[in-house]
Amino acid sequence: MCIVRRDITLAMRRRTDILTTLFFFIIVASLFPLGVGSEKEILRFLGPGVVWVAALLASMLALERLFASDYADGTLEQMLLTPQPLSVLVLGKVCAHWLLCGLPLVLIAPLIGLQYGLDGTALAVMMAALLIGTPVLSLVGAIGAALTLGLRGGGILLSLLVLPLYIPVLVYGAGAVTVSAIDLADVQPFMALLAAFLILALAFSPLATAAALRISVE
Amino acid sequence: MKFNWFHFSSPATFYGLAGRLTPWFFALALVSGVVALYWGFFETPERLGGSNPQKEYYRIIFVHVGSAWLSMWLYLVLAAWSALGLVFNTRLSYMMAVSVAPTGAIFTFLALVTGAFWGRPSWGTWWDWDPRLTSELILFFLYVGYLALHSAIDDARRADRASALLAIVGLVCVPIIYWSINCPDPNQCAALHQRSSMAEIEGNILFAMLALTFSFWMYSFGTSLLRVRSIIIEREAGTSWVDDQLELEARR
Amino acid sequence: MQHADARLQVAALEVQRGDRRLFSGLDFTLVSGELLHVRGPNGCGKTTLLRALCGLLLPQAGEVLWNGTSIRRLGEEFTRDVIFLGHLNGIKQELNGIENLRVAATLDGDQVDDAAIWDALKQIGLAGFEDLPTMVLSQGQKKRVALARLLLSGAKLWILDEPFVALDRRAVALLEALIVAQVGRGGLVVMTTHQEVALTSGTIRTLDLGGPVRGG
Repeated sequence: MCIVRRDITLAMRRRTDILTTLFFFIIVASLFPLGVGSEKEILRFLGPGVVWVAALLASMLALERLFASDYADGTLEQMLLTPQPLSVLVLGKVCAHWLLCGLPLVLIAPLIGLQYGLDGTALAVMMAALLIGTPVLSLVGAIGAALTLGLRGGGILLSLLVLPLYIPVLVYGAGAVTVSAIDLADVQPFMALLAAFLILALAFSPLATAAALRISVE
Repeated sequence: MKFNWFHFSSPATFYGLAGRLTPWFFALALVSGVVALYWGFFETPERLGGSNPQKEYYRIIFVHVGSAWLSMWLYLVLAAWSALGLVFNTRLSYMMAVSVAPTGAIFTFLALVTGAFWGRPSWGTWWDWDPRLTSELILFFLYVGYLALHSAIDDARRADRASALLAIVGLVCVPIIYWSINCPDPNQCAALHQRSSMAEIEGNILFAMLALTFSFWMYSFGTSLLRVRSIIIEREAGTSWVDDQLELEARR
Repeated sequence: MQHADARLQVAALEVQRGDRRLFSGLDFTLVSGELLHVRGPNGCGKTTLLRALCGLLLPQAGEVLWNGTSIRRLGEEFTRDVIFLGHLNGIKQELNGIENLRVAATLDGDQVDDAAIWDALKQIGLAGFEDLPTMVLSQGQKKRVALARLLLSGAKLWILDEPFVALDRRAVALLEALIVAQVGRGGLVVMTTHQEVALTSGTIRTLDLGGPVRGG
């Protein structure tokens, strides 16, 4: 779709943005062992949670950029004035955003997981969970990004608004990985729930984001 | 006589109505509060029996439960006013939402603090990641988020509408968040928190709890109306009826 | 291409900015072949009015009607017929002129091929600058890229907010010609500007915010 292609082209011309998100993820995940101690058992126990929290934070940082530049140069209001339904355009932007910021996290996560001593199945489960979960984060976060467009202290405020909404994904995403160590079959309901969240988010978040954009652009 | 539902939806007329009602609500709050506290202290047994006997300090449950209920109820009220505002585009609905929010946040905070105080002597810890308490914490964040968003936006209209949308999104997410905290492992969704049904609670304790809840409820009406009056004056500052009103009050 | 008859109507419009009521009870009608010149001192609400006409702003009271139906209800049918050029250019810095126009045309639903885009940029005076990222262009040149959209768009209603800002004399003349052509085709133009535009056909109407709508 046109918007997806446009956003990816734009990002390619400013490559640093993608890389900063990725490095933030890596740094945060690496900070924990330094603070908690590097005992293998503890790390393995904390691993899933830490990776997820780091992914949450990295995702959230990247959200600010979702609409900010379009808002500043006037292309956002032009998007509101096109015949295309705004939710479709929003979906396109979020899609591009996820491809640029979420997908790299999914791909790098196994490396981080190794740092925490997670084994092969756990890593596979983690990748799968992140694959389903990070789009949800992008979709839900987009609502927050749209509401806080152009505000002072936008990034922190955005985190405050969006983090409570991220909790279900965190609980089930990390839970899936933890449970996989006990019994792989138990992972299924977690994945099903994550998938359900994804479907709900796909259905409702573009509408809410579009409404939020209209409010913010006034 | 045809009752005009929208008669009071103008800030000007509502101002007067709110002014007349406020003292009544505060009076009711005070009376029921006194009754509740009296009942709670003197008419109820000295210790709470059951599987985990607790001594005098259990009485804090009256405040804790009451404020927790109010915190949840007020969030619903907040979301309802927000929805009304977005659908009908009436300024007053937004003003009511903004007035209710701080009270809701205060009750949430109160519930958390009293929960901690209750937990310390009875279970030995200040904080326990108990699902209900955690959900209450999240609710607190939702309130704070609403207030923070509203105060961060300078343009009053955008502030109203943005925070209204946030309140509604929050409302939709609350059940999901609550559910995920209560049931983090879908394979075994046992009740992690002992749920006592209302019928099992002793009559006197129940009465004191309900009475205090009622008192809190009246109090929240009172403060919200008081707050909305000052918001109305502030927002409508340029209009003639406000100038008249202020003159009237200055003369008194 | 002659535009079919169209009508823009405003009924009892009341618009607020923050807590300030900018104007209320505004009524006017604009039909094909007319240009509405919105005038008034700074801060009286000209830009706000134009944004309300586009549908970007929700009015406190009253309605904006396009061909008899409220623009809220028309949605896509209205946005297809309107083009808005505001204070912000609406172009991406990192893309060059061609790419910007291509994206804009695709979003607007206009079928435009590259040859037409090159042509438009040449017409607007940017020959030789088409494939440079717009961030290296001057203010006036960026504005020209934004104006090139007018050449490519088939919209009936043009809503232009201070379109002559940052343009040099040649570009001003060019834009005037475009506006005249649009009105001549039966299109409608609403603009705010401190510049007087002389039309060869059609009528100019003036709206002084705070005063009644005058014709002629």
